[in-house]
Amino acid sequence: MDIIFDKVGYTYQKGTPFENRALYDIDMIIKEGSFTALVGHTGSGKSTVLQHLNALMKPSEGTVTIGERVITTETNNKNLKSIRKQVGIVFQFPEAQLFEETVAKDIAFGPKNFGASDEEATGLARKMLPLVGLDESFMERSPFDLSGGQMRRVAIAGVLAMEPAILVLDEPTAGLDPQGRREMMDMFYRLHKEKGLTIVLVTHLMDDVADYADHMIILEKGTVIKEGTPREIFQEEAWLKSKQLGVPAAVSFSNRLDAKLGVLNTQSALTATELADVIAERVKALKVGEI
Amino acid sequence: MDKIITLKNISYQYHTTDDKPALNNISLSIEAGEWVAIIGHNGSGKSTLAKTINGLIAPNQGEVTVGGLILSEQNIWEIRKLVGMVFQNPDNQFVGSTVQDDVAFGLENQGIPREEMIERVIDAIERVKMTEFIEKEPARLSGGQKQRAAIAGVVALRPAIIILDEATSMLDPQGRQEVLSTVKAIKEKANLTVISITHDIDEAANANRIMVIKDGELIQEGTPEEIFMSGEKLIEMGLDLPFPEKLKLSLKERGIDVPANYLTEEGMVDWLWTLFSTK
Amino acid sequence: MMEKLIFGRYIPGDSLIHKLDPRAKLMGSMFFIGIIFLANNWQSYALLFLFTMAVIFLSKIKLSFFINGVKPLIWLILFTVILQVLFTGGGTIYFSWGPITVSQEGILNGVYIFCRFVLIIFMSTLLTLTTMPLSLTDAIEFLLRPLLAVKVPVYEIALMLSIALRFVPTLMDETEKIMNAQRARGVDFGEGNIFQQMKAIVPLLIPLFVSSFNRAEELATAMEARGYQGGEGRSKYRLLRWETRDTVVIIAYALLTIGLIFLRK
Repeated sequence: MDIIFDKVGYTYQKGTPFENRALYDIDMIIKEGSFTALVGHTGSGKSTVLQHLNALMKPSEGTVTIGERVITTETNNKNLKSIRKQVGIVFQFPEAQLFEETVAKDIAFGPKNFGASDEEATGLARKMLPLVGLDESFMERSPFDLSGGQMRRVAIAGVLAMEPAILVLDEPTAGLDPQGRREMMDMFYRLHKEKGLTIVLVTHLMDDVADYADHMIILEKGTVIKEGTPREIFQEEAWLKSKQLGVPAAVSFSNRLDAKLGVLNTQSALTATELADVIAERVKALKVGEI
Repeated sequence: MDKIITLKNISYQYHTTDDKPALNNISLSIEAGEWVAIIGHNGSGKSTLAKTINGLIAPNQGEVTVGGLILSEQNIWEIRKLVGMVFQNPDNQFVGSTVQDDVAFGLENQGIPREEMIERVIDAIERVKMTEFIEKEPARLSGGQKQRAAIAGVVALRPAIIILDEATSMLDPQGRQEVLSTVKAIKEKANLTVISITHDIDEAANANRIMVIKDGELIQEGTPEEIFMSGEKLIEMGLDLPFPEKLKLSLKERGIDVPANYLTEEGMVDWLWTLFSTK
Repeated sequence: MMEKLIFGRYIPGDSLIHKLDPRAKLMGSMFFIGIIFLANNWQSYALLFLFTMAVIFLSKIKLSFFINGVKPLIWLILFTVILQVLFTGGGTIYFSWGPITVSQEGILNGVYIFCRFVLIIFMSTLLTLTTMPLSLTDAIEFLLRPLLAVKVPVYEIALMLSIALRFVPTLMDETEKIMNAQRARGVDFGEGNIFQQMKAIVPLLIPLFVSSFNRAEELATAMEARGYQGGEGRSKYRLLRWETRDTVVIIAYALLTIGLIFLRK
């Protein structure tokens, strides 16, 4: 299922002295099966967009189409639950949402809200733990006795347990160390590849965008200013710089290299491995030339 | 140079029931004016280590010397005057209702007369370039700005040492940059000793020396160049690989001979340039 | 949700009212609430309204802010007014059924009570709209100072109060974040019967408690690192300065009181 934004706008506290327009004129599509990166500065409207993805918020203008459902400003607040089941959101620092006595109960909480029986929900909890890299021994432990990284995994399992078709991740690696970060991103990528989960990733880390995403949307001051594949967008380093956004390390390095060596044709390289391929190719060509 | 901090055989355990101590027989010394980065993955004990320096944690064993004073219950407040600390969560260290009130908090604690206090508050806020935010409440500040206010709070107290306890880890790249350049500028002006506990490669690269903590032990120390040479092991140490190192690893996999020593981006570009021009 | 609360918000400005010493404003507002009960006819209420409107005008804040301040309390006010109307007798009786009577006196009393509520809300809204919470804490600290003699930890109370105020927006944000996270996991807040609603609040309250405790602990550590050892021996950054205009406020209130005594029956 796709999520389609059509001329979406959102204004906080409309009609009060504190009125504040957060979003305007947003057109975008999140395609089924894609890995979409949502990029923008703090205050660009990312978190407001995020809450439209599962109808936690309704647009003030325009429509958000989530699968079959069309959400407008008039949409009734009831019956939105089925949307929330299909679009799971892992908020920033999701460990803050844990509250149950045991890990199993906390993971089962979502499914139970969506009508699963106790047994089914516990079964789901058992199934989700290995997906987030934890084993069954965690089932009966208190979530509050775990390390920060483990707590986050439990919280993510709690969202996965709803078996959503689309998984939205709001800076899921914030505050983790590099190893934890890498493990977590690899875990999401596996879910994307193996389970066909559509993923929306909100991030500041351009290297993550280069490593994982196939589509990229850039927000600024409440609207979409660019959309495309990471490969297209990262070619425009100067433009990104003017928006105070970075590029992946490989891209800035390639550009530096090109400036010194003349055109090495490294432009398409987004990651260290891709750049290494280009360089290796070139070295090989040189060797052949020598002979 | 003078040793400003010396730790001798420090051990610490949070609860007597813990099977492993948080710190295990750590000895180290730091010289005045140095910038030392302490790295290690989450739970390695590096934050605990930082807290022993200003007596927020009293080690079960060992001796802490700061600025020539052996830390004891009698001089703990003296030592805290020497050591400023910036913590991880920008929100949970902001005591005042506005930037200037927060910066003044530490000075109020020391009973500094009001006239002098105003001068020092304004000066400290200027140094972190927050003058336009002086009246702002924390809710109206970004994470980076809050951390800069926290740094101003430390600077106002004119300490000899500033400890950044993962002070950039909850910030976006922009905030991180703000905080780092602020610390750099202040360090140079006031000849501070900086101890930064971090996972951030750019932050660690600023240090003169990096110490690696693992399971409560100091397992390695060296210059950033020496530490960054560790390749994939860096990840275990709680740091990311610098890009040139990543590229070197990938090139090696493709059968290309790469230099063993650490290369900065510039060094790497130069090396590639020679690689292509000599062939 | 939380953003709708007008009451208790500070709106920065540089009007005369903004500039007044918080002690003058706090004492004035408390005094006003006291003397409201002197009013007992339309002339005295008119004087109070005139006074309030004049002060609001001086504050340069739109009247709509004050009316919005009344809105959340409107049911409470109406309830009290209706009770007053139904259970006060005297004067011409328009309607009577058992203990319930609607009389001329009752209606008049209802109107007066309504006025009293509105005046009190307007005045206290004015206080919070024009005074930084921090300044208010300073004023409270000052007014409580005599209690130091009987060993009340006034400085600690004031610091606690100011920290509590400083954390209100932080905790509101946190509440909203956790609510969103739980809604995304299928919780319906504010739906179903009382029992279901109580149950829905558990996944909100527990995380809030946990995070507040964590915050408190981190804050305490940070305060200790910055040399906080209790209220003794601290100096103060904020200085309250009593100006002529503050004395004028006190005189204005004295005149208002005399006027009220003169006008009331």
